[in-house]
Amino acid sequence: MTRFLEMGGYAWYVWMAYGAVAAVVVAETIALKRRGRRALATARMVQQAAEAGGDSLQMIESKGTR
Amino acid sequence: MIINWFRYASPVSFYPLAGRLARVFGVLAAALALIGLWIGLVAAPTDATQGDAYRIIFIHVPTAWMAMIVYVAMAFWSALALGLNARLSAMMAQALAPTGALMAALALWSGAFWGRPTWGTYWAWDARMTSTLILLFLYLGVIALRQSIDDPRRADRASAVLSLVGVVNVPIIYFSVQWWNTLHQGSSISLTAAPKMAMIMLTGLLFMTAAAWCYCIAASLTRVRAIILERERSSGWVASLIGIGTPP
Repeated sequence: MTRFLEMGGYAWYVWMAYGAVAAVVVAETIALKRRGRRALATARMVQQAAEAGGDSLQMIESKGTR
Repeated sequence: MIINWFRYASPVSFYPLAGRLARVFGVLAAALALIGLWIGLVAAPTDATQGDAYRIIFIHVPTAWMAMIVYVAMAFWSALALGLNARLSAMMAQALAPTGALMAALALWSGAFWGRPTWGTYWAWDARMTSTLILLFLYLGVIALRQSIDDPRRADRASAVLSLVGVVNVPIIYFSVQWWNTLHQGSSISLTAAPKMAMIMLTGLLFMTAAAWCYCIAASLTRVRAIILERERSSGWVASLIGIGTPP
């Protein structure tokens, strides 16, 4: 296991490269999940406001995320 | 079997389809990456001249390819968005840009950590490296341009034009190793000649490339779903999607 992690003396280079890919994949996946949830929540807010009475829709629209 | 493709040109029917496809491609990406990583990090032997540093190519080459392929895909959807005035095409182009930018950044980053032990430098103003850096800046420019325009339909057109102008950079990256004789070596894999590497290394590279394809598809489909919701949230079909109001 230690031999594997040492990568024949190139540990710094190999793991910096692979680590960055892992970090990006994890970060993008989390960010996408959050963006989807937020988009759904904002859509729900806008739709509920529209159902309750049309005039508050404009106000919520301008506050929501683009 | 006849499929009415134009049905999926509408966000209403594309939204659920994109969700199903994103899940399939996400699972595929994970499975292919596990096999590819096992081949690349464990099964493939140490390279005779580069030592274990060569294992970086298993992520460098797929991310570099995807950086170019995602850009071409973004330009393709941009062209459709401009030509047909199709809003879903514009949303696809919008969804591809961040993933493409990340791929370009990862290609540059992993290349730097391969270059240091192999060439003796993290960075050089080599033709391929410089043109790939420009690709990253083009992605960032497309994203920034969209952010700076409030009206989404105007933002669609402006970023589509910039994407199409920038696509000229992709063949420059691809042929840079032939046109200019700078630091970056020529390609080891080509469609017209036998690959210049051992079979097991090639297999690992192909698995990692397939994984990168599936990951980029899954990520951009997930993003396009969020974009559809963000841009169509006042519409009737979103109301019935989240169970408010009368179904159409």
